[in-house]
Amino acid sequence: MGPQPAPRPEDAPAGAPSAAATPSLAVAGLSLRFGGLKVLTGVSFDVAPGSITAVIGPNGAGKTSLFNCISGFYRPQEGTIAFEGEAIGRLHPPARARRGLARTFQNIALFRGMTVLDNIKLGRHVHMRTNLLDALVYWGRARREEIEIRAEIEERVIDFLDLNHIRHQPVASLAYGLRKRVELARALAMRPRLLMLDEPVAGMNREETEDMARFILDVKEEWGTTILMVEHDMGLVMDISDHVVVLNFGQVIARGRPAEVTRNEEVIRAYLGAGDVGALRARIEGREAA
Amino acid sequence: MRIGALKTSYAADHALFDTPVQRAWLGLGAALLLAFPFVADDYWLYLACLVAIHVIATTGLNILTGFTGLVSLGHAAFMGVGAYTAALMEIRLGAPFLLNLLGGGLMAAGVGVLVGLPSLRVKGLYLAIATIAASFILHFVFQNWSTVTGGIAGLSVPPARILGIELARPAALYWVILPLAGLSVLAAANLFRTRIGRAFIAIRDRDISAEILGIPLLRYKLMSFGLSAFYAGLAGGLFAYFFRSITPESFPLVYSIFFLAAVIVGGMGTILGGILGAAFMTMVPEVLKLGVGLASPWLPNAVAILSPVRTVVFGLLIIGFLIFEPHGLAEIWRRIRRFFHLWPFRT
Repeated sequence: MGPQPAPRPEDAPAGAPSAAATPSLAVAGLSLRFGGLKVLTGVSFDVAPGSITAVIGPNGAGKTSLFNCISGFYRPQEGTIAFEGEAIGRLHPPARARRGLARTFQNIALFRGMTVLDNIKLGRHVHMRTNLLDALVYWGRARREEIEIRAEIEERVIDFLDLNHIRHQPVASLAYGLRKRVELARALAMRPRLLMLDEPVAGMNREETEDMARFILDVKEEWGTTILMVEHDMGLVMDISDHVVVLNFGQVIARGRPAEVTRNEEVIRAYLGAGDVGALRARIEGREAA
Repeated sequence: MRIGALKTSYAADHALFDTPVQRAWLGLGAALLLAFPFVADDYWLYLACLVAIHVIATTGLNILTGFTGLVSLGHAAFMGVGAYTAALMEIRLGAPFLLNLLGGGLMAAGVGVLVGLPSLRVKGLYLAIATIAASFILHFVFQNWSTVTGGIAGLSVPPARILGIELARPAALYWVILPLAGLSVLAAANLFRTRIGRAFIAIRDRDISAEILGIPLLRYKLMSFGLSAFYAGLAGGLFAYFFRSITPESFPLVYSIFFLAAVIVGGMGTILGGILGAAFMTMVPEVLKLGVGLASPWLPNAVAILSPVRTVVFGLLIIGFLIFEPHGLAEIWRRIRRFFHLWPFRT
């Protein structure tokens, strides 16, 4: 499978939930409660195909819970989740993975005992057919598939994310920034149609953050993958996202283009802090202009 | 010193033994094993067969505990299921030897899958207790289903036959047990270069992200239980033909602990560890016994004094491993290899 043609951002007004195309992901009226604790209340938003949508909000706003609902770990009490028009709310996580939903985790969730290459290969798991008997004899299908995915991973993922030098190293020996990149590689190996990134640059230094931002943009442009991310680094969010959804106390308080959202009074109060609004706004807009 | 591993194809990079030196050592090892029956006496052949049977069972437990991260203390009971099945197929049906071994493996695999069912919900020590319970239930069945299993007296098994040749002595069974052990280990090594093996390790390391990558946890855990029990059942079938007599007491809980210790001493989650661990756990008591024998000319009552010491030394060795080399014998082996690869530079 060659690179899919990337929907150009100009084709569909990026960010604005377009009525014409089926949204890549449509979340409607999602409510999640743990006992009496309301984690999410009536959350609705659409993710346009081929866009980068960022979910932002203060700590505890329910961003990661929202991700866990979408990937199937939590069962929301109300609401629907549709992926490319198909309701996936009742599917198990593996079934969602098969439909092209991939994600990374906030605190890296790689397999420590394996090499970088094996970690990335696991991303292809759902697209492989090798069964137990094939695997035990390692002949025919098992062997052919292994070599096929190896070639594909080497040429598409490892080259793309510049991981050549560490492919045979155990993940446990890698620096933090590289681990994040390996996790992205593993998600990309799934050939996702929707890639969910939970704080892709958290804890990274400036250089690593810039690299990661470049990789995310490249994934969007070269692979045409739709991206949904949770991120606290406002600079990154403002720079690369097409659409921003703001959560506070489990509710969507604003959504729109990055520039619109930063001007929204409620967002400023809830997220950026009520104190020195002017200074903050100046800082953000300064970065935007730069 | 090893300068580099230069490969021109992905297939070459995926090979189990990727350097000529490794292949040469492997050839030498195979040649030694082939020559062994012609130079060794019955006692050493007996030990070799026992080690090979233990290698199969330990590799099986390593798949489950070392690679998939599910602790099982029912391994000896699975072995018992295989042994009884093979013995009954031989006695009642007169089915051919190799088919009986397969039957023993498959029956054990079925029981293993059943015992593995709680593994989706319970983990770690709780799973260990659940498997102990299974082990006691199976022991009870072996003991009390007298019409089939022969009760406490057990079953006595006629010698194995292949193509009309009777394989009664260890020297003859060696030619069946050793190749089967080799194949079992090879199959396990193959498994861990494919998606199935990777899924097992993924479940061990982080089951949540395994699920996100599309690995159905229950199916793979049961697969691991089934495969592990198949290995145990195969080893059990060989055990039945090797000792020619099986009783419920042939497969006590201590035997399961023996295999767990072999996995830990050998190295959890390494194929080599299964081989080294089984060999260590089987041979060391014998070597210590030999030491006692050698000491007897100087110490008049060496047997009386040193026999208890032997057990203590064996226990200390295991404790020593847990403390000083938690990654097991396989890690020591890797360090030795690295030394030679990097020589003359220090590691």
